[in-house]
Amino acid sequence: MSDRITLRVARYRPERESEITFEDYELPCPKDWVVLDGLNHIKDQMDGTLSYRWSCRMGICGSCGMLVNGEPKLTCATFLSDYAPGPLKVEPLRNFPVIRDLIVDLGDFMGKLVRVKPWIIRRVEQPLSDGEYRQTPDELDEYKQFSMCINCMLCYSACPIYGLDPHFIGPAAIALAQRYNLDSRDEGSAERMAVLSEHDGIWGCTFVGECTKVCPKHVDPAAAIQRYKLQSAIDWVKGFVLPRAAQ
Amino acid sequence: MPGRRPIEPLLWLLFSTGGVMSALFAPVLLFLFGIAFPLGWLTPPDHARLLLVFGHPLARLFILVVCSLSLFHWAHRFRYTLYDGLQIKHLNEAINAICYGGAVLGTLAAAYLAWTIP
Amino acid sequence: MSQDAAYTPYHPRWHRTRVSTWWWLGRGSYFLFILRELSSLAVAWFVAGLLLLIRAVSAGPAAYQQFLASARLPAVLGLNAIALAFVVLHAITWFNLAPQAMVVHVAGRRVPGWCIAASNYAALVVATAVIYGLLTLTW
Repeated sequence: MSDRITLRVARYRPERESEITFEDYELPCPKDWVVLDGLNHIKDQMDGTLSYRWSCRMGICGSCGMLVNGEPKLTCATFLSDYAPGPLKVEPLRNFPVIRDLIVDLGDFMGKLVRVKPWIIRRVEQPLSDGEYRQTPDELDEYKQFSMCINCMLCYSACPIYGLDPHFIGPAAIALAQRYNLDSRDEGSAERMAVLSEHDGIWGCTFVGECTKVCPKHVDPAAAIQRYKLQSAIDWVKGFVLPRAAQ
Repeated sequence: MPGRRPIEPLLWLLFSTGGVMSALFAPVLLFLFGIAFPLGWLTPPDHARLLLVFGHPLARLFILVVCSLSLFHWAHRFRYTLYDGLQIKHLNEAINAICYGGAVLGTLAAAYLAWTIP
Repeated sequence: MSQDAAYTPYHPRWHRTRVSTWWWLGRGSYFLFILRELSSLAVAWFVAGLLLLIRAVSAGPAAYQQFLASARLPAVLGLNAIALAFVVLHAITWFNLAPQAMVVHVAGRRVPGWCIAASNYAALVVATAVIYGLLTLTW
């Protein structure tokens, strides 16, 4: 069991280079340190120019996602001691443009998130005097898993389809759309269907399944997408066979 | 109702049912006629027996359904493999024609052959 | 938005890595995925073989014997063995992934994933037994 580790960190400083380079940092490796602790140590004690995102350091904010030895991981949830003495490669998330060092631009996802309308849509809002919307535990279980998404983007990094075609709407966006479609309080399935049934919506997915493997919150976006495809196909059949009853 | 690509749910449904058909029936048929009978592990059925089995109306329907759906399964999956594996999405009109056109032709061939079993 | 960023000294150039044609060799899971997708070719081969068999049977006993003889050629045997391997890969990956695509509720409770996979495998056993019985057993 080594008590020191080498981190091989990707650097990208657009003001003076046009390619990503790697720098090695050798640091202590206490057994309770995570990769994020390592990066903080580098920035505090060794190289203050290192740039990266982090916030809660407990796996709920979704800010610290990076590639650790090529695997998309939350750096606040990945222990250094598992990789000692290294070298442990730390790179920015795959499939996103790199702004600087370990920071990527997530604007593409933000646009897609808005497009799937991730909020409760009602034809007519219940008046306040009627009180709250009620939901049984079973109704909650229907969508609860998909509500655990922290927008960390590990799934987009793992998805080869998104890497090949950035127009693909992507796993997290579809899972979040499903979170609302399956919510008993929501009446907006048809509106979301219009976005998701485009060719770059659910039909771009070929069920590689990598998104589910890397998700730190066990959201299972792959299941959300395949279930949506099945639902879409059943709705198509219904619309064909019973056009008026399907509305 | 679906928006800009109303045909996609149908194509996916064909792909799915074809996937089930091929998963259930291709292993045993390929094993028997491709490995076991040629290598002599099992005695192949004689011609009269096969005519009896294949000639039954249900068998003819089975042949048509399994062949057609399996071909549409191939068409849909292969189309996406060409998109993703070879990154040649810009040729998608040609790819669609070859894949789904091939599946349609194969379906017609299967229908003809199933119909003309003595 | 982010796709058409205008790069200025205060908004320096973002780095975009182009995905290589060999992306699927980069990870074991990607490679297995591509193998799974290529199994569709084996499915097409199975259909072709089945149709050739039907045609031979329809043409008469001599044609049927010819078909059986050509199945003994080493090249054909090899191709069929590879196709069988791919078709089995297809079946296994298909049945293992089915629970993620299908959520079944029975009497208000959700059927667990392994149950759905198990019933698919049971169907495979039944289908295999039926075909085997129809073709080889003496009635």
